[in-house]
Amino acid sequence: MPETFYDVMRRQGITRRSFLKYCSLAAGALGLSPAFAPKIAHAMETKPRIPVLWLHGLECTCCSESFIRSAHPLAKDVILSMISLDYDDTIMAAAGDQAEAIIEETIEKYDGNFILAVEGNAPLDEDGMYCIIAGKPFVEQLRHVAEHAKAIISWGSCASWGCVQAARPNPTRATPTHKVPGMPNKPIIKVPGCPPISEVMTAVITYMLTFEKMPELDNQGRPKMFYSQRIHDKCYRRGHFDAGQFVEKFDDEGARKGYCLYKVGCKGPTTYNACSTIRWNGGLSFPIQAGHPCIGCSEDGFWDKGSFYERLTDIKGFGIDADADEIGKTAAMVVGGAAAIHAGASIIKRIANKGDQA
Amino acid sequence: MGIIETPNGFTLDDTGKRVVVDPVTRIEGHMRCEVNLDESNMITNAVSTGTMWRGLEVILKDRDPRDAWAFVQRICGVCTGTHALTSVRAVEDALNIDIPENANSIRNIMQLSLQVHDHLVHFYHLHALDWVNPVNALKADPRATSELQQKVSPSHPNSSPGYFRDVQTRIRKFIESGQLGPFKNGYWSNPAYLLPPEADLMAVTHYLEALDFQKEIMTVRTIFGGKDTHPNWLVGGVPCAIGMNTAGAPINMERLNYVKNITQRAIDFCKNVYMPDILAIGGFYKGWLYGGGLSSTNVLAYGDIPDRANDYSAGNLMMPQGAIINGKLDEVHPVDVRDPDEIQEFVPHSWYKYPDGAKGLHPWDGVTEANYELGPNLIGTKTNIQRIDEGGKYSWIKAPRWKGNAMEVGPLARYIIGYAQGHEYFTDQIDSALRTLDVPLPALFSTLGRTAARGMEAVWAAEQQMYFLDKLIANIKNGDSSTANSEKFDPSTWPTEVKGVGFTEAPRGALGHWIKIKDTKIENYQCVVPTTWNGSPRDAEGNIGAFEASLMNTKVEVAEEPVEILRTLHSFDPCLACSTHVMSPDGEELAEVKVR
Repeated sequence: MPETFYDVMRRQGITRRSFLKYCSLAAGALGLSPAFAPKIAHAMETKPRIPVLWLHGLECTCCSESFIRSAHPLAKDVILSMISLDYDDTIMAAAGDQAEAIIEETIEKYDGNFILAVEGNAPLDEDGMYCIIAGKPFVEQLRHVAEHAKAIISWGSCASWGCVQAARPNPTRATPTHKVPGMPNKPIIKVPGCPPISEVMTAVITYMLTFEKMPELDNQGRPKMFYSQRIHDKCYRRGHFDAGQFVEKFDDEGARKGYCLYKVGCKGPTTYNACSTIRWNGGLSFPIQAGHPCIGCSEDGFWDKGSFYERLTDIKGFGIDADADEIGKTAAMVVGGAAAIHAGASIIKRIANKGDQA
Repeated sequence: MGIIETPNGFTLDDTGKRVVVDPVTRIEGHMRCEVNLDESNMITNAVSTGTMWRGLEVILKDRDPRDAWAFVQRICGVCTGTHALTSVRAVEDALNIDIPENANSIRNIMQLSLQVHDHLVHFYHLHALDWVNPVNALKADPRATSELQQKVSPSHPNSSPGYFRDVQTRIRKFIESGQLGPFKNGYWSNPAYLLPPEADLMAVTHYLEALDFQKEIMTVRTIFGGKDTHPNWLVGGVPCAIGMNTAGAPINMERLNYVKNITQRAIDFCKNVYMPDILAIGGFYKGWLYGGGLSSTNVLAYGDIPDRANDYSAGNLMMPQGAIINGKLDEVHPVDVRDPDEIQEFVPHSWYKYPDGAKGLHPWDGVTEANYELGPNLIGTKTNIQRIDEGGKYSWIKAPRWKGNAMEVGPLARYIIGYAQGHEYFTDQIDSALRTLDVPLPALFSTLGRTAARGMEAVWAAEQQMYFLDKLIANIKNGDSSTANSEKFDPSTWPTEVKGVGFTEAPRGALGHWIKIKDTKIENYQCVVPTTWNGSPRDAEGNIGAFEASLMNTKVEVAEEPVEILRTLHSFDPCLACSTHVMSPDGEELAEVKVR
């Protein structure tokens, strides 16, 4: 008897009663009558784990490494109990022909009913032979599997945007999933970041398993749940930004007091990600908390936007640069002048809000 | 080709049955391997091909040298951080920047925690399935497994029969579901698997335990670097300021306590689970001592883990530095990464071209143009390779040589060099393991020896991590909280033209980055990485590389299920994204690379 979704819920301490209640709620949420609840329960008690084929192109494998660091759920539980990770050349036992056979078997058995997860991306130059799988270009494998998949997850900044190998001058013409010529028209969820946060990766998967649909995506294809606010919007150091208290150089007094890193290059004001809310590695920390400016690794083309240590100056409709300096000056002149600082801060807030809507 | 002798002492014969493994899985990146077998299924010729190339060094040209660590860190997300560390060292060397003692301690803690994490994940999640059969674990008696566990490692708390029964039940449900996930299509009925069911169950249980625990080890880097994978680094020190008496400092007493807790647990796990498992599994396979390759003759290490900050001389490095050639353990040669005659890279069999084809080039003067060109005896087409022609160009990996010699790098190389130098800690570990397994010293030069050295090194690294944490705390206690030297952070303070080199010992072996800076921008950036050494194709003289050498003369039980090939290749922990780079010629545009 396969371990089903119901088994997993039971093993995680959910009672039969709660499970049935969950099924009723699910029926309601799907706009179905309560009579459907037993059918949903039956489906959840018997349905097999959804197959996932996880392909690797030009990459550094940081996404896989991030994935196995997930604290909740544990990677172990995702792999053993939630999905059926049938192909993933980083961890699969099979190799060579036996590995490649799995792709065809899965397509035959689950045509249109498996998830394609893409880590890394496909180089298009040299007929694709900058990345070779089983003697052939990776891009062929990618197109072939995509043709039969239900949906595609583009893990990380490589698959979502191109990332480091696509940085200027992009010597191999490395191309993100959605821009590969000849890709079938399948729904793509982008989960950018270099890498994405571990718990964001597992949350995207468990959302799809739990709610049986794609998470809501923004106009760039990223789950709104994690990518619709800037790191700056929720940064715990935001108060220091508003108060004009900045780290001027590394290891100065401001650095030791956890002041705002904006002047040493922080890209938090232009980076959409969940680092300042969910944080990293089970909520332990995130780059700003550990004293380094955000480098904006979840943004399209972040490698080509100038030095990581140069202050942001070209934020359209945001105007932080001038205001930050103004506020800094005000704060320095009016020591203890809380009113002045607050006035400055609220100006920033208004501008920031405007930027949000832009 | 027929039968030929290589200068480094191997007899290659490509007349027998050709076996292709592509993709080689459970590695980082992409790789292909082809071998020929004689009538008795003995490997008589081995060809290893790096099958990816990204061109990161080309991308680095004209960038801000202070940013380089972030780019090169993305060479590899498995040994995450080691390229970044090598990079900041190269830039600091070029610009003559000294870092504070605390920064040195923190960098060492991060680098050592990487060794522990990487070795552990490699053994359990990339390598174990070459030795351990999860299907066979279903036949185990949980009570006997419990007894085995208590015998192998009395200090490990998870050892009750009930514990093993629970895990077995979970694995049974998983396997009986028919959805085998990562275990699908493994060679589970192959006679090369030798463990009794109880040992299989114990090892599969630890596969899962280690999967849970590995995410704890790297939190050390989340504390100091803000995230992991890919923590943050800084030219001139580390970004995490220390403030014991200010609110809001990235590093305070609570953070140090967190690191201490994890470090102690890492020591316990390596000592009570990882190393005992290697010895237990090794005990069942000690008759299988294939795979030595170059390890008994030519090994190389640059050394790493400077005890005091800013001194990279061999005497101050806690990981050994040196080269052994021709198996002369009584003569460890010094290694100079700056000497143009020592480290050179060759490309006659790599998909690159040099102006002077056969000549080797030191990384500071490296020239490369990508040149994807297949040999005349290829079977297949340019985009459908069925049998590669190793007589022509056949890999995206270059062939680095030390004074003309193909070398093996990695934990085993480090341990052999340490042993030859009489390094007390390493010598004790090696002697103790040999005693436990009741095998002589030459047993070390094998696939298993490589795997065992990695485990020993994880124990060592976890303990040194604690040493540097104590050192950090002592230094703070003495009144020094400094973590970064910003004197030369501003590019306007830099000389017009400088060059530097940084080196480390990555988990997989010797790693070097060579940089030239001109007018505050990167003029040339070059990496020679561990898998470039180990995965090297043939050179102009016909010397085969470490992967290829290690596969020679190994017997394969079932040609269609070459688990022995995987075993030996995995024992190196190959990292192909690391190994396959291009180096940009000084000031020249790349002629062959199409730029969009």
